[in-house]
Amino acid sequence: MRREGSAFNGLGVVMLKELADHLTSIRFIILEFIVMLIAVGTVWVASQDIKQNVAEDPFLFLRFFSGSGQQQLFSFITWLTLLVPLMAIGLGFDSVNGEHNRHTLSRILSQPIYRDALLFGKFLGALLTLAIALVVLWLLVIGLGLLFIGIPPGGEEIARAFVFLLVTIGYAGVWLALALLFSALFRSAATAALVTLGLWLFLSFVWPILSNVVALVIVPPDPRYTALGLQTPGTLVLQQFLARLSPSTLFGEIVVALLDPTTRALGPIYLSQLQGAVLGAPLPLGASVLIAWPQIVGLLATTILLFVIGYVVFQRQEVRA
Amino acid sequence: MNMDTVIEAQGLTKSYGRKVAVDHISFTVGRGEIFGLLGPNGAGKTTTILMLLGLTDISDGKVNVLGFDPAREPLAVKRRVGYLPDTVGFYDHLTAADNLRYTARLIGFRFLEREKRIAEALDRAGLGEFADHRVGTFSRGMRQRLGLAEILMKGAQIAILDEPTSGLDPHATAELLGVIRRFKSEGVSVLLSSHLLERVQSVCDRVALFSAGRIALIGSVSELGREVLGAGYVVDIEADGAGLPDRLALIPGVSRVEQTGIGKLRLHAERDVRPEAAAEVVAMHGRLKYLGVQEPSLEAIYIHYFEATPDESLKEGARHAA
Repeated sequence: MRREGSAFNGLGVVMLKELADHLTSIRFIILEFIVMLIAVGTVWVASQDIKQNVAEDPFLFLRFFSGSGQQQLFSFITWLTLLVPLMAIGLGFDSVNGEHNRHTLSRILSQPIYRDALLFGKFLGALLTLAIALVVLWLLVIGLGLLFIGIPPGGEEIARAFVFLLVTIGYAGVWLALALLFSALFRSAATAALVTLGLWLFLSFVWPILSNVVALVIVPPDPRYTALGLQTPGTLVLQQFLARLSPSTLFGEIVVALLDPTTRALGPIYLSQLQGAVLGAPLPLGASVLIAWPQIVGLLATTILLFVIGYVVFQRQEVRA
Repeated sequence: MNMDTVIEAQGLTKSYGRKVAVDHISFTVGRGEIFGLLGPNGAGKTTTILMLLGLTDISDGKVNVLGFDPAREPLAVKRRVGYLPDTVGFYDHLTAADNLRYTARLIGFRFLEREKRIAEALDRAGLGEFADHRVGTFSRGMRQRLGLAEILMKGAQIAILDEPTSGLDPHATAELLGVIRRFKSEGVSVLLSSHLLERVQSVCDRVALFSAGRIALIGSVSELGREVLGAGYVVDIEADGAGLPDRLALIPGVSRVEQTGIGKLRLHAERDVRPEAAAEVVAMHGRLKYLGVQEPSLEAIYIHYFEATPDESLKEGARHAA
């Protein structure tokens, strides 16, 4: 049975309305304010560091994003990893159940649009909001960086930073899709927010440790490797596999590959692979992207998968309260 | 489908697993007719409405709205039908006009037409001066009227109103019923659901009484009255004059005359005998103080019907109503 008309009827209208709602909401303004403060703070810390150790670093500018050496805790990227999911969840946790609770859902769905347009419009509206915020933030970091150290960034640096920006938006999409899914699943906005935040905390902070423990239990370390002070390859591979189930791990690995051009591999590396390599020499951008490609695809796939699950849940839901 | 039929349902059924919410109901609504779906909460009225709009799947049966099948062509149906849900909600942080603007964009009206329709609809719903007020400050009655304004703006051919009067004070109810009558005068068909029988009795041309997912009775209020209460017309007279009861009893069609008080008589008749009764009183040089016909009350019909029908499922419905 084919349905008549396009599923995207009204998509743009919903998207623009959501965008306008988000950009004017107190919630968003506060989050944006916090992010701005962090941008200024971390860039200042990084610039102090850079001024003190002016090493001959060809990628000086990327230090503003990745932070350097001792001040890893105050690096921009550390805070961004924390705040991007928070912003995404903050924008998404009440998108579907909010319409239910305001009793607007049945009225809106009685207009000539499909549910597809409403859900997808809400996702795109929130993602566009996040993208705007992140672009502003990105420009702010680059601008402040210029102001603080006065050295213009090179083309390669800007290109890397730009790919990093795109990946960050994609990372926001994962948490947004998750928040949207739970907002369709739970009728109470508070429950949806707590469950989403709980899952985020688990995946970002508990899972990396837990994956290590689980890997050690399933594949116990081989004493022959332990005697040599090495990790057992089997354990390491399993541990990495498990850790990469979390979007936070994937994002962390992509960031390392993009912002540190000397990264040659994400994961265990065999001596044979290092033959002929000039250690410490930077890779071109294309090669760095290639290293992180599986992770980038993984992030995108997770977003799509979560959105599809949310879509199915929403389509099967009864409209009446 | 008849040209003058706008909604036609045949054997419409909705079941959730083993529980049947709407059980093979059939009805038609004509152009410009006000049709009431009446019955207790949980009798299947809202579910029926959602099936008409294509907002929930139809388990069995056929339904046709303005020549379209809501399950296959929901957009065509939703473009032509306005819906005011039970406890209608709006975006509180937006103004009344902005709320309608959002809906108008979803419908696809262009800018100039949009603004014109919105201003007109708000005026007609009596909200013209509140166009730029936030909906958060609106009372329940105003929200209901904004919902009606949305239907007016849409230029719908059918207005489906779910419990439009629930929670409204008598003044707001009267205003709302006024708007509903205006729909009819413009040729818009109205399908309204309610559990408050006496409030909607006055506006409905025909009603369907719901009980436990079935339509127990369907027809105009007076038809149902005669069918269920049996009595037909009840005429009350207050007049003096000796031997009046005997003379009134001779009027053709009067089955019984009852003395209800001093100088007060009640006629049970199979038709409206007011003109003849008045003529009799005047002919006797009596003084006529009051003459009125009792409309059968829907509530009386409802209670009488379900007490008289020893059907298990229907009894259950009557218990819900209590």
